[in-house]
Amino acid sequence: MARILSLAEAVAENVKDGDTVAMEGFTHLIPYAAGHEVIRQGRKDLFLVRMTPDILYDQLIGVGAARGMKFSWGGNPGVGSLHRFRDAVENQWPRPLEIEEHSHAAMANAYEAGAANLPFAMLRGYIGADLPKVNPNIRQVTCPFTGEVLAAVPAIRPDVTIIHAQRADRKGNVLLEGIVGVQKEAVLAAKRSIVTVEEIVDELNPPSPNSVVLPTWAVTAVAHVPGGAFPSYAHGYYPRSNAFYIAWDEIARNRETFTAWIKENVLEAKPEDFARHAAKSAKAA
Amino acid sequence: MTDFTPTEMMTIAASRELSSDDVCFVGIGAPSAACNVARLTHAPDITLIYESGTVGTKPDVLPLSIGDGELCDTALFTVSVPEMFRYWLQGGRITTGFLGGAQIDRFANLNTTVVGPYDHPKVRLPGGGGAPEIASNCGRIFITMALSKRGFVEKLPFITSMGHGEGGNHRERLGMRTKGPTRVITDLCILEPDPETKELTVVSIHHGVTRDEIVGNCGWAIKFADTVIETPVPTETELAVLRDINARTKKAHQGADKGKEAA
Repeated sequence: MARILSLAEAVAENVKDGDTVAMEGFTHLIPYAAGHEVIRQGRKDLFLVRMTPDILYDQLIGVGAARGMKFSWGGNPGVGSLHRFRDAVENQWPRPLEIEEHSHAAMANAYEAGAANLPFAMLRGYIGADLPKVNPNIRQVTCPFTGEVLAAVPAIRPDVTIIHAQRADRKGNVLLEGIVGVQKEAVLAAKRSIVTVEEIVDELNPPSPNSVVLPTWAVTAVAHVPGGAFPSYAHGYYPRSNAFYIAWDEIARNRETFTAWIKENVLEAKPEDFARHAAKSAKAA
Repeated sequence: MTDFTPTEMMTIAASRELSSDDVCFVGIGAPSAACNVARLTHAPDITLIYESGTVGTKPDVLPLSIGDGELCDTALFTVSVPEMFRYWLQGGRITTGFLGGAQIDRFANLNTTVVGPYDHPKVRLPGGGGAPEIASNCGRIFITMALSKRGFVEKLPFITSMGHGEGGNHRERLGMRTKGPTRVITDLCILEPDPETKELTVVSIHHGVTRDEIVGNCGWAIKFADTVIETPVPTETELAVLRDINARTKKAHQGADKGKEAA
């Protein structure tokens, strides 16, 4: 059964130094508040996993919390580069970053394999592409029925997956809807999971046609953090702050402005600040 | 005739490649603009799919990311990301993929991964995302990129997604049954692979552009087809629709948030 905890308790109990951590969200419902709590608690040597590491992973990499990252697209969508990620790969600042790079299709399949308790995923992928030459975790498997050679990648099995969702009930059942990404698979693939939610309600109803429910017994901890996905968004609650994604390019471009931003907005901030940011974003839209 | 920019010409030329019958996997940026201009002009029933899972979406403003709420709000339905890549893309149900990249070679292979050696890159780019499988699993691929020596290079440092590989029947030899890149639409001209060698060849030149400009902006000795036409200039309607959607988009993405105040 999921325990309903404060965010600080949920992170302290479930995220350890050296863990493989997936903070998922495909543009939507990215768990920013939880990621900031991980930074505040000073976690080290994390191996980060995510299909689309964007600003949140730029922040974790920039503060030196990550020893490595498994990913398929690392940019600021529609804006450009992740400057902290680039600085780590190109100049090893603030520390070297081991990277394991895949395609989206492979990552999605690998999470699904993890959720399905399979050792690997297969796909008709990477044909003619160079990634298999630089990533020894992209291999081949031959179909025993047709002889077709397919790509194979290891299942993703995070120590802990962290996601954000719209609602949980008081028992810890979780509902998310809208663009649902790969979060269900990422939670089911992990040993432990933390879900931050916009609201804790008596009843999850009414779910929308594409809503996803994660039952309480499949989740480790639930924390109530309104606005916790900002500047990403929670469908039905507040919109994506595209203006912040654009503004991040300037903040992250040099080490000093980045470090000052982290100090002010993460180290000296609280999870409760997210509600205010999201409310402002909702008002502006 | 109304004035237009090379980028507007590129976007409109790309939009004309699409029809209402297309089921199109849309990338962010120029492809997204082209696909939505097509939807708002000559291809009202086109099915636009973004890799975040939105199927049959009809955004009023262009998304900044592949997962903006606008895409889900206006979609026929939205699926999970594993379903998108497994059932819809790998399942072969997408007719057209639209890609761009940092670099392209003469056989329409694309690089969005690194400039320089992979382990010690000069420039680390975002990476492939969905492109490796979009390139092989969509029925055909359109590519939009501005023509420049930096982008159109003799040899790619890294092949993120395969176009026609080493040319000729390379795709077939690797077991691919899809067509691969069939058109490359730039801000100066349109290229098509030669039917035999698959080398990209100029087939249409935009109004006011010279052959010398094209040659001077390409990193390899670019070839011209025997018959080269002039790309029809944008119509008043096409330009109006494109400028409207760009204006709406710009307004929508400039919120009141400033980085300092936001977490």
